[in-house]
Amino acid sequence: MKRSVLALVAGGLFGLGLRISGMTDTTKVQGWLDIFGDWDPTLAFVMGGAIVPMFIAWRFTEGRTPLVGGDFPAPPEPKIGRPLVVGSVLFGMGWGLAGLCPGPAIASVGFGGWPVWVFFAAMLLGMLIAPKLRDALDSGA
Amino acid sequence: MPTDWIMGLLGGLMIGLAGAVFLLGNGRVMGASGILGGLVDGSGRGNARERLWFLAGVLVTPLLFIPLIGRGETHASTNVIVLIAAGLLVGIGTRVANGCTSGHGVCGISRLSLRGIVATVFYIGAGGLTVALMRHVLGVI
Repeated sequence: MKRSVLALVAGGLFGLGLRISGMTDTTKVQGWLDIFGDWDPTLAFVMGGAIVPMFIAWRFTEGRTPLVGGDFPAPPEPKIGRPLVVGSVLFGMGWGLAGLCPGPAIASVGFGGWPVWVFFAAMLLGMLIAPKLRDALDSGA
Repeated sequence: MPTDWIMGLLGGLMIGLAGAVFLLGNGRVMGASGILGGLVDGSGRGNARERLWFLAGVLVTPLLFIPLIGRGETHASTNVIVLIAAGLLVGIGTRVANGCTSGHGVCGISRLSLRGIVATVFYIGAGGLTVALMRHVLGVI
């Protein structure tokens, strides 16, 4: 129960933050990536603003446990494998092409109309087939 | 436009606060692609309820606040081929890399995770090159 309420609160803040920061507007995202055009620095302000509370939160995890119990996530593996690089390049290509990443895509499903639904459906299909590619990249590394 | 930057910073702080609630409350890293993708490929079946509540929050708050901040405009492409290609790339790429702008970007960088920083460099680089090529060379977007 507590876990569900906290997830809803976090999701709600995330969705509203994405909406008011302008990140659900593809022109702002593509504008940030468009270094040869009319460059828009907004995304840097969003990233900067988001990293500050998260940096404090990570510090706060030291010597504590989560509110609902259990453990905090283990430190990330330092390994920079092929899946991380190949996956990030593929993601970046799609991100540039449409100006949408997963968070803003979810946040704009309710108001973005059919273009967002088409993107969203294709993204779900991509997520369904991704484990096969990840395994192939992992075993070949 | 300074107003956009202030809204970006404000929205960014909310995104970071959302990540802090999810981390300190539930002990989980707030990554949009992981939360959604785990439901799609079945790897997150164990805590599906928490994932669904989070996603519900992301989707609903931008709609709840329409009376205050207006209905958002995504300005997304209406080219179906672009939307499908971008969606597939984002879905596959984020799941292969095991993270997107929120997981690797916001949560990873704030943790000074090398994986998060490397992923972010690659997806921003690939996104910048894609916009340059598709907009300024090919004129598709």
